[in-house]
This record gives sequence, structure tokens and C-alpha cells, in this order.
Amino acid sequence: MLKVEKTFETRELNVNMGPQHPATHGVLRLVLDIDGETIVKVTPYVGYLHRGIEKLGESLSYFQALPLTDRMDYVSAMSNNIGYCVAVEKLFGIEAPERAKFIRTIVGEMSRIANHLLWLATHALDIGAMTVFLYCFREREWILDLYEMICGARLTVTYPRIGGVRNDVPQEFLESLWKFTDEFPSRILEYETLIDQNRIWLKRTVGIGVISAEEAVNWGMTGPTLRGSGIPYDIRKHAPYDAYDKVDFDVPIGTEGDTYDRYRCRMLELRQSNRIIRQCIEKLPKGPIMADAPKFTLQPKDAMFPVTHPTKQHAYYIEEKVCKGCGMCLRACPAKAITGEKKKPHKIDQAICLQCANCLAVCKFKGLKIVPGGKGLSEDKLKELAAAPLPEEITKATEHLVEHFTFVKRGPRAPEGELYVATEVPKGELGFYFVSDGSGKPYRMRVRAPSFIHAGCLPRLCVGHLVADVIAAIGTIDIVLGECDR
Amino acid sequence: MLIDMSTVGLIQVEEDIKILPPNVIITTFDKIINWGRLSSIWPTTFGLACCAIEMMAAGAAHYDFDRFGIIFRGSPRQADCMIVAGTVTKKMAPVVRRVYDQIPEPRYVVAMGSCACTGGIFRTYSTVQGCDTFLPVDVFVPGCPPRPETLLEGMMLLQEKIRKEQARWSPWR
Repeated sequence: MLKVEKTFETRELNVNMGPQHPATHGVLRLVLDIDGETIVKVTPYVGYLHRGIEKLGESLSYFQALPLTDRMDYVSAMSNNIGYCVAVEKLFGIEAPERAKFIRTIVGEMSRIANHLLWLATHALDIGAMTVFLYCFREREWILDLYEMICGARLTVTYPRIGGVRNDVPQEFLESLWKFTDEFPSRILEYETLIDQNRIWLKRTVGIGVISAEEAVNWGMTGPTLRGSGIPYDIRKHAPYDAYDKVDFDVPIGTEGDTYDRYRCRMLELRQSNRIIRQCIEKLPKGPIMADAPKFTLQPKDAMFPVTHPTKQHAYYIEEKVCKGCGMCLRACPAKAITGEKKKPHKIDQAICLQCANCLAVCKFKGLKIVPGGKGLSEDKLKELAAAPLPEEITKATEHLVEHFTFVKRGPRAPEGELYVATEVPKGELGFYFVSDGSGKPYRMRVRAPSFIHAGCLPRLCVGHLVADVIAAIGTIDIVLGECDR
Repeated sequence: MLIDMSTVGLIQVEEDIKILPPNVIITTFDKIINWGRLSSIWPTTFGLACCAIEMMAAGAAHYDFDRFGIIFRGSPRQADCMIVAGTVTKKMAPVVRRVYDQIPEPRYVVAMGSCACTGGIFRTYSTVQGCDTFLPVDVFVPGCPPRPETLLEGMMLLQEKIRKEQARWSPWR
């Protein structure tokens, strides 16, 4: 017999959101348990963009791992680069010169502006304001054009280096940046006219995703997401790195801890970043842009020019007595001019030789000799000339070349130990944790990504609200899945 | 002659000179269908990683994809092109394939960026070394990430490819 239920019951519905969804900012997957349209439970699934950056960093030298940090938080790549460089500099025990620090502060704040603009654009687009998207991208393009002036790249910049920056900033860059900072506050007002008092915007953000100060700390939130709840925690103030202790700025905080307060926080941060950039341009000192630490930073290449850029009059000659036939030069030769069997002296065919000096750099036994002005001479004459001592300029350049080669190949040797260094990126606290065993590569590289921790807070922010508010919650914590999954 | 001139209704302008009436175009089916397809490529908004940001920049006001008829659609069922923008991981690959299967034919794939083309710098245990291992890719756009202009060039190459198509999507292919 059919049993009839006496009370009317509803069943919870299980809805999959993502990984392909226009509003999940990448490949976040949420499983929503909904009762009617109210959220009962949210389970975030991450890992759809796990590329193994931490593991890859362990197999690369400290220099080579720098471009990987661009691809973590690709919206503000410059800040990630700076975070990595600051951490590795602490590990090496070196310090960037003053000018480099100021340049880094400038580009770091530019990346904060670019990040917040993209955040506002997508957040507003998800909630339903299309115009803000177009307005924000207009200014973002301006910043990316400025990036292009200093390093040639738009998104994945790799401009800061360990111990300084890649190259000095041109004067025209500073001038156009000054023009940008003049213009930008009026543009912020433009965005605010569109949405600040907009009734739809207020309905969608005020009182949505409220989290108290105590809870926000317990969940491990950082950055503007924490400051929206009223806690003025900012690493730039509390543990200043780069030039943040030499500039004057405020840390904007919210009161209620809802989506609207976090939005206000970020809008005020845009103004503070603008202020920091202006101060930095005014105070920008003159001087070098790379730290003077030959053990840890790449040296200028001018010193080895006599060898690497020869006048094409040199000849290279292998001394039969010294050569052990290891085959290193044979493999290094791009023109295949070197012939010879294993464990027997090799020989260079002078007709094919390109004078690239690759063989000179790899020879371990110093069996290779450079003969200045020896191009086109006979074998006997070369042998006679190779026995004579070399001019000092060339011997020094050769040593320098060999040093440079081994340095790049092996990487700078970090002192043993472990350390954790945190920097304030636009999303929150980005920390790098290194365990070094004294070799050229980190034994363990770990990244404390703010996006990962914020993605974990999503259930707390969403439960009790409607399905449409999940979109607002994803937007307000400002996550990037590249950094979250790494 | 294939066209029966008596049905078209020619207009006599002078003695011995007859022309077609205005608003009549003579073409082949292939040409007009391909023209229609190439001038309204609708890709899905399917961002995976860094390249998605450049894809968004290409769709925004400065580079303005809309002027080529390229309008991003939220659902794969309304789209006819997929821009694989970013690294495809082994966990994500089945999802990418599923999105591709949901797109109605004719459908095209553009692999955007080094990661989607070859795996790029991520030669690791979790990354698929190029999305052409499980998708039929039409255009490869290299770069890390490609500039919006480069993506535009890729889309125009796709348009050229569509222009030359003959019976690629017919039932007898």
C-alpha cells in the first residue's frame, strides 16, 4: 500500500556551479546545497588549475623560479615578483639599493591599482553593471601601457630582480605616470558616480556576506577582505619592506564587514596607492639599481666582451698535452667544428669555427687556448703562438666568462636555513617559505596564497543568503585561481 | 548558365543593355554560408588562467572585438567557437572536452597561449602538454600571454580558414 506523508516536506537540491561559469573568476567549482533559493551548505572544490609551481620551483635555481611567480596571481604579477624578490633577498642576506626600492614601490602600487580596477570591473559585471567594466579597463590599459614602457611586457612582467630591478626607468615613463596620477582621482569619482549610491548596487551588497572582526581573524583573512571588517592590519605598515617606511599613507578600514564595506575599502585604497606613487616619484633618489653582491647577483657583461664579442681575429686551439678528451667542448660547439675520439686529444677545424668561445667556457682542464690574431694561420704557427703568454685583458675576460657561466648554470648558493617572508599584495598577505640546504635550488618552496585561504571562507560568507549572493561573495573576496591552486 | 535569367526580371537601361535589378546578389551557397559564419564568431567565455585576462582586455573597449562580430557568450550552447585561454591541467581536461562537446556544430577551437599550445613552461606532472592532445585545434596563438593584437590576428586567421571551407560540416563529410 502506498504510504502518504502527512506533512509537506521539501528536499534539498544539489547544484554544481563551475568550473566553467562566467562568474567564478576562473575555474572554481562550488557545490551548493540549496533549500528553495536559500543556501544551506557550500563546498568549494579547488585544484582545477594546479600546475605544480611549488614543485617546479624546487627544480629551478632562484633566478629561474622568478617568472613562475608571474603566473600565480596574474592580475597583479608585479606584486608577486616583488614578494618573491624580497623573500629571496632576505634569504641571501642582501639588500636592494635605495633607487631600486623606490622603483619597486612605484610598480607595486601600480599593480595594486591595476588589480583593484580588474576586481571592480568583474565584480560590477557579475552583479549587473556593465558600464563599470568598460570604464575600468580603460584605465587598466593605461597602466599596462606604462608597464610596457619599462619592461616591454603587459601582464607577465618579471621586471623586479633579486637584488634590484631589471633596468632603470626612463624619464618619459615618470612623466607619463605623473600625468596618470593627476588624472586618476577624477576617474575614481567617475566609477563612484555610477555605483556608489546606486540602489541596485546597495541592495546587492549592503548586509551581504557579513563577517565580524573576530571571525575574520580566525578564518585567516588578510588584505582588504580583513580590513573591511575593521582591522587595520597591513604588512606595509607593520613590517615595512621596500620604501613603504619612507612614504606617508593611511590604511582604510570598514565598520560593518559586509560586501559594501569591502568595496569601499578597495576604492579608498586606490586613492592611497595613487598618493604613494606621487610621493615616490617626488622622492626618487639617484644611484645604482642593482645590489653590489657579486656572489648573489649577475655581474655586468661588459668585462667579458673581449671574449664573447671577439673581433673575429681570434683563433681557438686545443693543446694536445693538456686535453684529456672528455668531449665537453665537442658537445658545446654549435658549429660542430671540434672532432676527436673519447680520451684522445680533440681538434678544431679552423675553417668551420665560429669563434663563439663556448668551448673555452666549458673546458675543465684549461686545455683550450685563445690565440689573438690567429685567424687563418697554419696549425704549426698556432701551436707556437699558443705557447706564448696571453695579454692580460683576455685572461681576465676568460676567467670572468667561466665564472659567469658556472654561476648561471649552478645558481647562487643560498646559506642554509629556513625563512618565511610576507608581503602585502593586493589580495592580502602573500608569504614565501623557503627551506635551503645550501645549494643553488630551494629544498622546499611553499607559497602562502591569500586566494586559497579566502576560498576556504566562502561557505562562511554564503550560508543563509540567496543563490544570487554567492556571486557577490565570490567577487568580494577577490580570488584568483592561479594563485589558489598554484 | 545555371541561373534562369527570365525569372530574375532584368531591367533594360539602354538599347541592348540589360542589368540585374537592385538588391539582387549572385553567389554560391558555400560563399554566403561561410561569409555568415566568419563574420559572427561567438566564442564562449571560458577563461582558464592568465590568458583569460588578455582575452578580457581584447573584449573590452580598447581593442574591441565586437567590431569583428566576435561577441562572448556565457553558455557553450549559444557559441560556435572556444578560445582555450590558459593552462589545461589533467583535472580540467575532461571539463574542457565536455564544454567543447556542448558547442553545436560548426565549432572551432583556438588554442591561446603557450600553455594551451604546448604546455609552456609548466612541464610538470599535472599539466596537459598542449590542448591539441584531446581537441581538434584550428588556430594556435603563441605567446605568454599573447597580446590582444596577437589574439586578434589569430581570430582573423580563423576567419580566413572559414572563408575557404567547403563542405567541412556537411552530413556527407
